[in-house]
Amino acid sequence: MHEENDDILEQVTSSEYKYGFVTDIEADEAPRGLSEDTVRFISAKKNEPAWMLAYRLKAYKHWLTMEEPKWPNVEYPPINYQDIIYYSAPKQKIAPDSLDDIDPELRKTFEKLGISLNEQKRLSGVAVDAVIDSVSVATTFKEELSKVGVIFCSMSEAIQEHPELIQKYLGSVVPATDNYFTALNSAVFSDGSFCFIPKGVRCPMELSTYFRINAANTGQFERTLIVAEDEAYVSYLEGCTAPMRDENQLHAAVVEIVAMEKAEVKYSTVQNWYPGDKEGKGGIFNFVTKRGICSGAHAKISWTQVETGSSITWKYPSVILKGDYSIGEFYSVAVTNNFQQADTGTKMIHLGKNTKSRIVSKGISAGKSQNSYRGLVSVAKNAGNARNFSQCDSLLLGDKCGAHTFPYIEVKNNTAVVEHEATTSKIGEDQIFYCNQRGIDTETAVALIVNGFAKEVMNQLPMEFAVEAQKLLAISLEGSVG
Amino acid sequence: MLKINNLQASIEEKEILKGINLDIKPGEIHAIMGPNGSGKSTLASVLAGRADYEVTEGTVEFMGKDLLELSPEDRAKEGLFLAFQYPVEIPGVSTTNFIKSAVNEKRKYLGLEPLDAAQFLRNMKEKMKLVEIDQSLLSRSLNEGFSGGEKKRNEIFQMAMLDPKLAILDETDSGLDIDALRIVANGVNQLRTKDNAFLVVTHYQRLLDYIVPDFVHVLYKGRIVRSGTKELAKELEVKGYDFIKAEVDQEMA
Ligand SMILES: Nc1ncnc2c1ncn2[C@@H]1O[C@H](COP(=O)(O)OP(=O)(O)O)[C@@H](O)[C@H]1O
Ligand SMILES: [Mg+2]
Repeated sequence: MHEENDDILEQVTSSEYKYGFVTDIEADEAPRGLSEDTVRFISAKKNEPAWMLAYRLKAYKHWLTMEEPKWPNVEYPPINYQDIIYYSAPKQKIAPDSLDDIDPELRKTFEKLGISLNEQKRLSGVAVDAVIDSVSVATTFKEELSKVGVIFCSMSEAIQEHPELIQKYLGSVVPATDNYFTALNSAVFSDGSFCFIPKGVRCPMELSTYFRINAANTGQFERTLIVAEDEAYVSYLEGCTAPMRDENQLHAAVVEIVAMEKAEVKYSTVQNWYPGDKEGKGGIFNFVTKRGICSGAHAKISWTQVETGSSITWKYPSVILKGDYSIGEFYSVAVTNNFQQADTGTKMIHLGKNTKSRIVSKGISAGKSQNSYRGLVSVAKNAGNARNFSQCDSLLLGDKCGAHTFPYIEVKNNTAVVEHEATTSKIGEDQIFYCNQRGIDTETAVALIVNGFAKEVMNQLPMEFAVEAQKLLAISLEGSVG
Repeated sequence: MLKINNLQASIEEKEILKGINLDIKPGEIHAIMGPNGSGKSTLASVLAGRADYEVTEGTVEFMGKDLLELSPEDRAKEGLFLAFQYPVEIPGVSTTNFIKSAVNEKRKYLGLEPLDAAQFLRNMKEKMKLVEIDQSLLSRSLNEGFSGGEKKRNEIFQMAMLDPKLAILDETDSGLDIDALRIVANGVNQLRTKDNAFLVVTHYQRLLDYIVPDFVHVLYKGRIVRSGTKELAKELEVKGYDFIKAEVDQEMA
């Protein structure tokens, strides 16, 4: 990573949100607003089987009975759910037969974002599912993966091609009724990725999904499901960006992970939705539910997230540690600048014996932003010898921002050992002057110090993402000091 | 190389430097001595461009440029180096990475290509030998958990890597045992050329047995009250600062 550092530092000074462009492409859209008809429209567009429509309608009816949660430490104007477009698909032959058939305009869009849909061009083995607005436009390396039995495709395709797996696992970790946004997502989700790693298979390449919001006034509701059977392994990456727009856009995703006996799933996110402008105008509302279950003994699920975007983030990737000796990890860097608000953390639910969890959260606040860590560690009565270690560090840039920590601990078994450490620090003028004296300007010094602060988390990311994430940290803090 | 003319500076309305005059030419080593609180570190900080200090009077010319007009980072890239009395810690940033950034920022400023990994490594190996510093230390977070001596050696190592025109050493000797002192001095002596210069700030004359200065100045209450050769340092060692304080206080009374 040392090599790349210089390029990263160079870029620090160069740009603001550089993914803010709009692709001019005709879209096939649902009428504005949400009703039973909207749900039927989406399901029909996707030519879904009856069971899927039934699932959606049930979720929709439940949603109608629920209220938006008010407990997160964030403030935003009321969302008008009737003012959102729930389905928007770029007009092209959906699911082109081969990667060559992808609309060149879309291909260009992803290339501009640094995502190549050309299999030959990929040097390192990363398979990509590219999702724009409500639909997946391409998935690479499908054939190669299928040779070892790995299924990697869009959720729409999975519903058609692998209904037995979807019926078995969809909603098995995050029920539609879990919370307001999961009910909404379950009713109107339009696409996302499905990964299935069969027993004993180590997925031969990184799998990744790249989400792009393009259309105006739309919400994005994607759905991801990852199933790793006994002794399977997969590392999955997720990235996202959106154009700069003055109005807020809603993104309410659901991610579910099932890890069976001795399986391991690593899930990494670099979240870079448009954060809004310097005055706090526009930006994505990122209300996401991510949860994994270690259903078998010795299973392991790791969440790693680098959250730099969105005007509001509300997200708690969690692990249910059901299998004995299973392990849950959560590594997070959340950066907030200007008027961004983040309320993020994790839940580690220890059910099995000898289960272990580790939480490392690094919050970086600048400008007038608010950054909260909210985490729950729960140890059930039968979870003998459960272990948790939590480390929550906050770094403040300037004195108009806020950092908050809300750790919740519920222990019902007295053999449990739960440790929580928290620190808050400020970037010191001494540190910046020291860098200045070595010829490093303030902007670059901040990037250096912040990346150092976040290092333990960044080290968890796959190489390709780590470099990208370092740049992002630097860029999102631009202009925050001096 | 460095021409300081009637430099006056204050912090929080408190006047610290009260008219410093100093002329340093290439190839020279100047020592600044003086009792605690006399303004030695303040002078070093003002030259390096620390924002807390306000320059109220005077001029400083460095390599033909108006030093006070330059930002701290540009001063550094023009070839001014300060070995800090209290080096800061930067958690998570390895010393190697830090120095690499610094070296390449300077090269960019001078219109040079960044060093590639191999060149940088070669350079580093060479300079490591000079200050007898270990690779393992350089892989660790900058100054984090370093002993006092390790921090000071790391400063000299950075100096060696950045190859400055003028290096200001602020009490680099304090807190060093005799071996560390010898290593630091040895580093300075090897880096000395006819084109660069050193301003060595010290409280004790001990260091000057190893780094032999061309000129010695005594700073007291924000002024240079005596200048001489290394004999002046010897005299101070024997008599202590009190005799100068007494003399000066009497002159000023
Ligand atoms: N940040 C500061 N705020 C107020 N006074 C300061 C500050 N830094 C230094 N001083 C004062 O300036 C004077 C000179 O300090 P300094 O330059 O550190 O002396 P020296 O390095 O010679 O021991 C002292 O009286 C000290 O108390
Ligand atoms: Mg001092």
